[in-house]
Amino acid sequence: MIEGILIGLTTALTIQNILMVMVGCFFGTIIGMLPGLGPMTAIALMIPITYGFEPATGLILMAGVYYGAVFGGSTSSILLNAPGVPGTVATSFDGYPMAQQGKAGKALAIAAWSSFAGGTLSAIYLLFMAPSLSKVSLSFRSPDYFALMILGLTAIAAFSSKGQFLKAMMMVVLGLMLASVGQDSLSDITRYTFNNMNLTDGISFVLVVMATFAMSEALTIILKRNDPTSAAKQVSLTELGSIKINKEERTKMYKTIPRSSVIGFLIGVLPGAGATIASFLAYGMERNVVNDQEKEKFGKGSVNGLSAPETANNAACSGSFVPMLTLGIPGSGTTAVMLGALLGFGVQPGPRLYMTNPEIFWSIIMSMYIGMVILLILNLPLIPYIARILAVPKNYLIPLILFFSVTGIYVMSFNNFDIYLMIGIAVVATYLRLYDFPMPPLILAFVLGGLMEENLRRSLLLSNGSWEFLWDRTLTACILATTILIVVWHIYKTFKKKN
Amino acid sequence: MNINTTKIISLLFFIFSAFYLYLAYQIQVFTFDENAPFNARTFPIYLGYAGLFFSGLKLILPDPNTIKVEHEHLEYKKTAILILIAIIYGATILKVGYFLSTSLFLFASYYFLGERRWILMFLLSFPFVAAFMYLLHGILDIYLRDPFLQLIGVMG
Repeated sequence: MIEGILIGLTTALTIQNILMVMVGCFFGTIIGMLPGLGPMTAIALMIPITYGFEPATGLILMAGVYYGAVFGGSTSSILLNAPGVPGTVATSFDGYPMAQQGKAGKALAIAAWSSFAGGTLSAIYLLFMAPSLSKVSLSFRSPDYFALMILGLTAIAAFSSKGQFLKAMMMVVLGLMLASVGQDSLSDITRYTFNNMNLTDGISFVLVVMATFAMSEALTIILKRNDPTSAAKQVSLTELGSIKINKEERTKMYKTIPRSSVIGFLIGVLPGAGATIASFLAYGMERNVVNDQEKEKFGKGSVNGLSAPETANNAACSGSFVPMLTLGIPGSGTTAVMLGALLGFGVQPGPRLYMTNPEIFWSIIMSMYIGMVILLILNLPLIPYIARILAVPKNYLIPLILFFSVTGIYVMSFNNFDIYLMIGIAVVATYLRLYDFPMPPLILAFVLGGLMEENLRRSLLLSNGSWEFLWDRTLTACILATTILIVVWHIYKTFKKKN
Repeated sequence: MNINTTKIISLLFFIFSAFYLYLAYQIQVFTFDENAPFNARTFPIYLGYAGLFFSGLKLILPDPNTIKVEHEHLEYKKTAILILIAIIYGATILKVGYFLSTSLFLFASYYFLGERRWILMFLLSFPFVAAFMYLLHGILDIYLRDPFLQLIGVMG
């Protein structure tokens, strides 16, 4: 492991990679601050830029964007009560009241320190857990992988949208259907191409991400421009207040951060759960743990109430790298985008990644430490200035997002068909979003579609067409039992809510 | 059963899944693969049935979280114009070239979204695209086809 850490440090500490973390954190923070534009959009916009880099450098840039976007989301949560990302919704519960009391600077500083601590602690957990998880995952066979993918897709559908499980499952199926377009990987038989040569290689992952996130986000913002329910509130940037945290507040944070980081990391590791669930759980747990006097302050500007979700959501970000790097199964929609980018680089994440490409594996883990430090250094002094991005008029922002989306596809394929296809998918996605059809399950399914078919093919061929492979191995049966539990739990919750 | 837009979307998805399933059965496989436990049409067939199952459930089950969209507050016209500009951009990017088509796309988009600060609009289109092109083409060595710049001799 020491050798791996050194390899990681050597790669992560090159001037180019440090620069990439800085650029990533900076742009991530700015994009994450814009309501509606989350880390997934930020990373999708970065994909075309990473084409010219080495895989490790590209991934370090994307990891920087990820942390930056999550922190940026907290900024708009605190200042505008308009969370940039779902993972920072819980941050607004106590962050926004604190800002309204004239303590916006303090709230942002608590968020920055909590994010830093949560991210750093979880990077330490990741350092020790990832190799052992990787060893465990080496024992995985095709049926286990197939079952794991079913679990991941079911989990993201169950957690992605409150009370919208069926909608999310429809999106999962749609994602898998989109992934089935093009040549069959084994027989080279074309499917759903309608004799169009442009579809022979299938639909590009970047195209689907750009269409369903960046482009449809931009179209949704324009569409809802005059909607009074989604109008962004303005904040006076002169009322940021001091960013100093006093001794009493620090003491509260010392207690909150360790427990929230553990929750955040463990939730982040679970495929499909992610930062949103982690932050809500940490907030809920913190409320139960503190004394009655402190409990009263929750929702009115509590330091614990702000620190807990902020620590947990950043810890979950690092945690979600575990299944992605060691199993090749993304833990969240954002890591699904990163997985797609990794596959684009020709790197196959999985149990053998840290043996075949140790520089990528360890440099990502090491860059997390560096990323957290840089994020803190960048954000604390820049808080008042970064906040000014919230004033960028949508008239400029929207065309620029569309421009980045089209450029991303153009530099990849140099054909008009892909651009039209992207616009078509974006229009459909925009309409679906209006009716609360979640997009992350679609992306996760699209990324996993090929792998899922491969593993099902192997399993069915080995078992001579029998579905017994689903319960032949204990591991497969356990994973499937977990999937069933999630579905049953979800149905139970729905019925309980109805009654 | 209440008919709302979510149900209509589910019905459309149901029809789409049925069509997808029909096409899955039409996938031509090799003769020796016809009766194999898994061939090129197996996975799409499962997906087709899954699509029918989930959209069918959504159709028949009551919808406790009905989404109400206030259509009168939505900017359909501006969104449609922006989509049209993006389609024109897509159509011209290869023939006219990256620089000119992108700059004009940005300029036109700013205009149709209501912006009238001409100098800022210009700065955030032509010089901005030139700088971005330099980053991609000049620094990152990503090829960008541009007949217009080649014609005026800026690009080799």
